[in-house]
Amino acid sequence: MSTLQSFLIVSALLFGIGLTGVLTRRNAILVLLGIEFMLNAANLNFIAFWRFGPNPEALTGVMFALFAIAVAAAEAAVGLALVIAIYRHARTANLDAVEELKG
Amino acid sequence: MEAVFFYLFAAATLLCGFLVIANPFSRNPVTSAMFLVLTIVSLAGLFVLLHAFFLAAVQVLVYAGAVMVLFLFVIMLLDLQAEERRSFKKLALAGGGLAVVVIALLAHAAVRESPLGTAAPPMVEGSPRALGKLLFTEYLLPFEILSVLLLVAMVGVILLSRKEAK
Repeated sequence: MSTLQSFLIVSALLFGIGLTGVLTRRNAILVLLGIEFMLNAANLNFIAFWRFGPNPEALTGVMFALFAIAVAAAEAAVGLALVIAIYRHARTANLDAVEELKG
Repeated sequence: MEAVFFYLFAAATLLCGFLVIANPFSRNPVTSAMFLVLTIVSLAGLFVLLHAFFLAAVQVLVYAGAVMVLFLFVIMLLDLQAEERRSFKKLALAGGGLAVVVIALLAHAAVRESPLGTAAPPMVEGSPRALGKLLFTEYLLPFEILSVLLLVAMVGVILLSRKEAK
């Protein structure tokens, strides 16, 4: 059963798992891992719609996923640099403990 | 045969994904990162099933290779012993699980009745040759912008993570 529907359900579940991680874990690194999950779920959607879409010769979905992977790599690098900067400043990577900008 | 592989890769993706977020056996962030590698590899398997071979290779190279090394470096730079001792927020995790189930049910209900993808998929392959041709003709501007973005990210990372000179 490798229809479009089954791929969409897998990607929805993957997105849900990533969202759960972002909302429940308080370690900044694990929150970033959850964000990577959500990006990957979106990529899976792009590929599935490209494959089962009306015009797969245009390669639009693959191209979009390719760009998304590159942007996700840049995002991970910047996010981790921010985590290091915050850790150096606050001596913790716990997001609940970093609350200086809270009003 | 394809269905068997689909179920195998989908189950592996979701199981390892769950173990990244809430591993009941280990609280170590390194374990989470390792399970992320497994998730990414099984996701690449799903990409292969969708005939996006080049993208599967890129997925393994970029995520399981580069991004994961970055994550492991930062995990080992920081002292995350406190994270290992912390217990699960049971209620939050239960709520998260409930949200996942609801999302799955909604997605199932939404796509089951739709006429999407009922036709047999055409035999296309995301061949690297066609991708490269497109990348340097139709998508040349976004491609160049992306390279500038990567440069900006690189400079920004160096600026953010170096020690301030006193």
